[in-house]
Amino acid sequence: MHLILFVVFAGFCLAGAINLLLQSHPINSALSLIVVMTSLAVLYLLLGAEFLAAAQVIVYAGAIMVLFTFVVMLLNASREERTLGSRAAGKIGFPAVVAILGVLATIILHTQDLGTARIGEGLTNVKGSTNIEELSGVLFSKLLLPFEVTSVLILIAILGAVALARHGHGETEEREERTAGK
Amino acid sequence: MSSLPWQEVPLSWYLLLSAVLFSLGIVGFLIKRNLITVFMSIELMLNGVNLSFVTFAHQWHAVKGQIFVFFVMMVAAAEAAVGLAIIIAIFRVRATLAVDRIDLMKL
Repeated sequence: MHLILFVVFAGFCLAGAINLLLQSHPINSALSLIVVMTSLAVLYLLLGAEFLAAAQVIVYAGAIMVLFTFVVMLLNASREERTLGSRAAGKIGFPAVVAILGVLATIILHTQDLGTARIGEGLTNVKGSTNIEELSGVLFSKLLLPFEVTSVLILIAILGAVALARHGHGETEEREERTAGK
Repeated sequence: MSSLPWQEVPLSWYLLLSAVLFSLGIVGFLIKRNLITVFMSIELMLNGVNLSFVTFAHQWHAVKGQIFVFFVMMVAAAEAAVGLAIIIAIFRVRATLAVDRIDLMKL
């Protein structure tokens, strides 16, 4: 069962990621990225990370990708054109990427004591404790300060996004309004 | 009970999948010529790294890896909001999304 689920959703993941690269229209890339993120949520579930699976669907596949599709539609993004720059980047980049992947794969395949994953295997195997209990136990005691700091970070990001995306860039807009008023 | 071979998956497969996702993200970052798609490739790389964090949390039976993924998600949300706002601001000034034409800081 675990193997079947892993193969199916890993296949979805890879197909979505490759489709992201092949599509030339940004909206198609965004939709295939949603496929990747949703199948990753299933893989998190298989690894016993229930909270992160839910957060992956809500935050990544929900909030972030809605933002992406919204911006693609707002800016009316059209098909990208292949240029000389992309071909040069491909020529230099592909061997480098293959080298990185090769190094990573050999390290992973030569690591001896990696375990296996089974369905229903919890995180710490303590009887009667769920994944969310274990996470929140650490998050709200030991890591309370970093957790609160992230909320401040989100707040600053919201303010920054509003300030950046506000119509016009301050001065010129105000000047135009003033001249129009006169 | 759990010795059937198709009931368990080696964790190295998960790690390989995360390495492949990360590499595909790098490829997308290099070959895509649309600002938004380049940004999406960065998100793909973040997701690949997150998968390896969760895998190692499973391997060591420790919550630290999952908490790290939680923080990465929060920072990615903030990064996406600010990044897309910057893209909107750039589009308003240059009226293009092609990274080849946004070359003001190029020597």
